Amino acid sequence: MALARKTKDQIIQNIFFLTALSSIIALGLIMVYLFLEGLPIFEKVSVTNFLFGDYWYPTSDPPDFGIFPLIAASVAVTLVSSAIAIPLGVMTAIYLAEIAGPRSHDFFKPIVELLAALPSVVIGFFGMVIVAPFLQETFNLATGLNLFNAAIMLAFMSVPTICSVSEDAIYSVPRELKEASLALGATRWETISRVILPASLSGISTAVILGMSRAIGETMVVLMVAGGAAMIPTSLFDPVRPMPSSIAAEMAEAPFRGDHYHALFAIGIVLFIFTLIFNIIAAHIAEKHKQVGAATL
Amino acid sequence: MKKIIALFALAMLIAGSAFAETSITVNGSTTVLPIMQKMIEAYMKANPDVKISLSGGGSGNGIKSLIDGSTDIAMASRAMKDKEIELAKSKGVEPNQIVVAIDAIVPIVHPSNAVSAVTLDQLKKIYMGEVKEWKELGGEGPVVVISRDTSSGTYETWEGLVMKKARVFPGAMLQASNGAVVQAVSKNKNAIGYIGVGYLDASTKALPVDGIMGNAETAASGKYPISRDLYIYTNGAPKDAIKKLVDFVLSADGQKIVKEAGFVPLTK
Repeated sequence: MALARKTKDQIIQNIFFLTALSSIIALGLIMVYLFLEGLPIFEKVSVTNFLFGDYWYPTSDPPDFGIFPLIAASVAVTLVSSAIAIPLGVMTAIYLAEIAGPRSHDFFKPIVELLAALPSVVIGFFGMVIVAPFLQETFNLATGLNLFNAAIMLAFMSVPTICSVSEDAIYSVPRELKEASLALGATRWETISRVILPASLSGISTAVILGMSRAIGETMVVLMVAGGAAMIPTSLFDPVRPMPSSIAAEMAEAPFRGDHYHALFAIGIVLFIFTLIFNIIAAHIAEKHKQVGAATL
Repeated sequence: MKKIIALFALAMLIAGSAFAETSITVNGSTTVLPIMQKMIEAYMKANPDVKISLSGGGSGNGIKSLIDGSTDIAMASRAMKDKEIELAKSKGVEPNQIVVAIDAIVPIVHPSNAVSAVTLDQLKKIYMGEVKEWKELGGEGPVVVISRDTSSGTYETWEGLVMKKARVFPGAMLQASNGAVVQAVSKNKNAIGYIGVGYLDASTKALPVDGIMGNAETAASGKYPISRDLYIYTNGAPKDAIKKLVDFVLSADGQKIVKEAGFVPLTK
């Protein structure tokens, strides 16, 4: 009987192990495929010319495979959207964790989470039909489909991520710290800005980086509202074409296993490396500054 | 009433079991898609025993799936490239090209734009980024150039017939479909774009090119400078069920549908 119990336990353990393994296998297969399909382009164009070339004319004869304008666009859009989303997300998190009473907390929290549930195509459509004409009229621009519009829409999408991860971080600051600060006569604002924020900084940094990695990989929104000009942006209101939108727009028509097809997969590799770096940094910060009780502060 | 339903169900069952074998897949260009969609609706109404599944993933995609055998008919808004034909032959597929309709690509602007005509040469300069202000053509405001993704058939035709080896400048904005171009131009008073004549509606204004308005007559007669053939490809000469469908597409009834879809029918 004891043996049967043990066997049963073992079987269940193995099932769970295999389940956990499946996501690793899936990731591994996708990576292998990505690299197999992307690397052949580097027989035609050097890595330097690919990454730093100024012109993206994959179907011309002879073709140009320079993705620097696309990388610049992705970086610019991510930075601008972070500049909008970080203050919004972090301040909302502070409000929810420290200031709001239970009733307003229960009111705001689900709404912020609902924002995360909005399909990206809906956000993109909103940006295209409402925000673009508004921006064009207000700032008298040539076009409302531009870097700034895309950054606002992406900020919408990363605020929930930044907010909920930051809130967890702030929430996990030990109670003693806060109480000690208040007991020493610090005001509530002093407690938040001098004690709670520094104590939860690592968690907030993780939140910010996760939010950024969501913004850089987002496809539908930038395809719809970023404008799509393959130029290095010189102003906040220039139309740009981030990497994911080029892949999404061109993949369907690219000749199978042709140079263009391989080049699009190579953009995928670059994008993958970007998000990988973001995630490694996030994991590193989280690990290094792990908050273990009040003593580590 | 019950009896009728039962009879109907029985008939369906017999029909289903007797002819369930016939199914055709069609895949490819989104430009040809609206034509084939209407074709297939009409064809299936007349031939309920044939099951046709249609999808539009782009010309390249359609040709790709013809080569790997996952589709019977590929729709394409461009002729197959030599490389693709080579690859097809190496896999034992003999691409057979059939012209099904003619497409005319028209430049469109916002209805409020004062410009009412362009020349082929002006279009080329606009898309090279040399014309920056509408003032040069009699309008006002900056020119916002909207182009298609570089791998679409529409872009390729535009590049071939308008740009003539020159490149569309990098500042041109990209939209991924005919519908998206219409949407973007109708929302921006400075914009110019180009679309298949079948997508033209009242939300934008089409411009005549070199004095000729792009429409069915001018494209069929070859007078309109920006027009092209649309194709379907089969593996070898079409046979059996596929032949019947292709014959229908090329018949007078089929070509009437081409016209209804906003494209130009073949004249024989």
